[in-house]
Amino acid sequence: MSVGAPKIPVTVAEVVTVTPMVKRFRFVRRDGAPMLPFSGGAHVVVEMDDHGTRRMNPYSLMSAPDDTSGYEISVRRDDAGRGGSFYLHTHVTPGTEMVIGSPVNLFPTNARARKHLLIAGGIGITPFLAQMAALQAQGGRFELHYSARSSDLAAYADDLTARYGDRVHRYLDDQKQQIDLANLLPGQPLGTHLYVCGPKGMISWVRSTAHALGWPETAVHSEEFLAPPIGAPFTVELATSGKTIAVGPAQSLLEAIEAAGVVAPYLCRGGACGECETSVLACDGQIAHNDHWLTDDQKASQTRIMPCVSRFAGASLVLDR
Amino acid sequence: MTTAPPAPMKSRPVYGVLAPLPGTAHLMVADGEGGAALIDLLAKADDPAMLATSHIIYVPGPNGSDMTHDVQALGAAQFRRSPTIAAALPRLQKVLADAHMGLQVYAAGTEGLIGQVQREVMLAGLPWQAVRTEHRGSTVRRVQCVHCKGITENVRTDPFPCSHCGLNLFVRDHYSRRLAAFQGVNIDAEDPGRVPPALDRFA
Repeated sequence: MSVGAPKIPVTVAEVVTVTPMVKRFRFVRRDGAPMLPFSGGAHVVVEMDDHGTRRMNPYSLMSAPDDTSGYEISVRRDDAGRGGSFYLHTHVTPGTEMVIGSPVNLFPTNARARKHLLIAGGIGITPFLAQMAALQAQGGRFELHYSARSSDLAAYADDLTARYGDRVHRYLDDQKQQIDLANLLPGQPLGTHLYVCGPKGMISWVRSTAHALGWPETAVHSEEFLAPPIGAPFTVELATSGKTIAVGPAQSLLEAIEAAGVVAPYLCRGGACGECETSVLACDGQIAHNDHWLTDDQKASQTRIMPCVSRFAGASLVLDR
Repeated sequence: MTTAPPAPMKSRPVYGVLAPLPGTAHLMVADGEGGAALIDLLAKADDPAMLATSHIIYVPGPNGSDMTHDVQALGAAQFRRSPTIAAALPRLQKVLADAHMGLQVYAAGTEGLIGQVQREVMLAGLPWQAVRTEHRGSTVRRVQCVHCKGITENVRTDPFPCSHCGLNLFVRDHYSRRLAAFQGVNIDAEDPGRVPPALDRFA
């Protein structure tokens, strides 16, 4: 959640191994009070103190939105990443005290839709778990198409089939099964909204296929949190604060700004929401725009930057921060 | 002292220029000079299959312009002329009820026609932005009286007397997508009878 919004002190109540790659964490409030209800598709930012490095990673809430006794997230271990998911998998156990942000929803279902067509790839299933629970309770019409590498990596697939029956369709890469979008999309009744959450390649495949088949952009929704990439260190001048800061290889620009004691806005910390957008006052070099918020023209002009995921290489970068 | 002109009202619709989009079917609705926008649209289509998957609903304009002959001559798979927008709406509703995703909807002509197509599409569950629009021809307005809720079509002057309750209404740029109408507010509520002269604002 953004600066100034309440953070929630929590205790980890339960850690469950879901698949060889995925663990589920349940958070309850330390003061015993109920959590706020949230809407399906919402995420929270989880704060971690990873041996001196402060990590704040977004994870979709997957528990039922009306369950105020706790929040649950499912985390896929990414051994090649910067360490947030690895830290959760290896260091967080029942009883661990942590701090999470308030829920923010950048991936809500459209309340006017006649039908919801949900496309999940791998761990991208998590926001849909909460959305389906809410849609089921409201009597909403939905259909899930869930693609995973193999049966033992298809987290929650059996539970979902048990709960929602033939509204759940499973596709396994190792069985050479693929979602038949070209036939699936044209058969949908008018007023269907399409939602996709999964790897980058899957999102662009679904988006471009839907566009080519005449789906309006405003009926196609996607969510992909980018992990800030590892890169070469660089130096940035913060004009408003009068500070010059160094950004380390495994540190994001936003994290470096925060480490310098400068208050900066953020919501998703994954290049999706636009909250941290910052003006570039001077740029002698090349900004590596890693977000999917700025338009191509804005990126080319090098006048704006999303510090949560983007980096810089060159002689000097001055930000209005 | 001069003051800056007021910013345009946020709800005031903004229209575009029709251009062909990929789709499994194409529904085109136009009135009056909007027929010419459909002719231009189809001239831009590089997919020869577009005509064969197009359904056109055409209504003569509020000022009498009738391009029925030219629009029908385009040779769309289906063509239907309706005498009025109101008479065209049941057909539009039926087409939308039977349609699948992949349908592209284009609306051209008066603001009243475009707004009512957008409203039907929205009621069918698509986002209103999914309708591609182009304003052509008459600028007459469809106005809702905020007092009696009656709608007056083809409003030309400002103020004008409500066709339902008779109040003198000032025509605002404040627009309702749900009603597909601009809002008309009584102009002499505090000083009954003091009504400024009606100006010909919309033609």
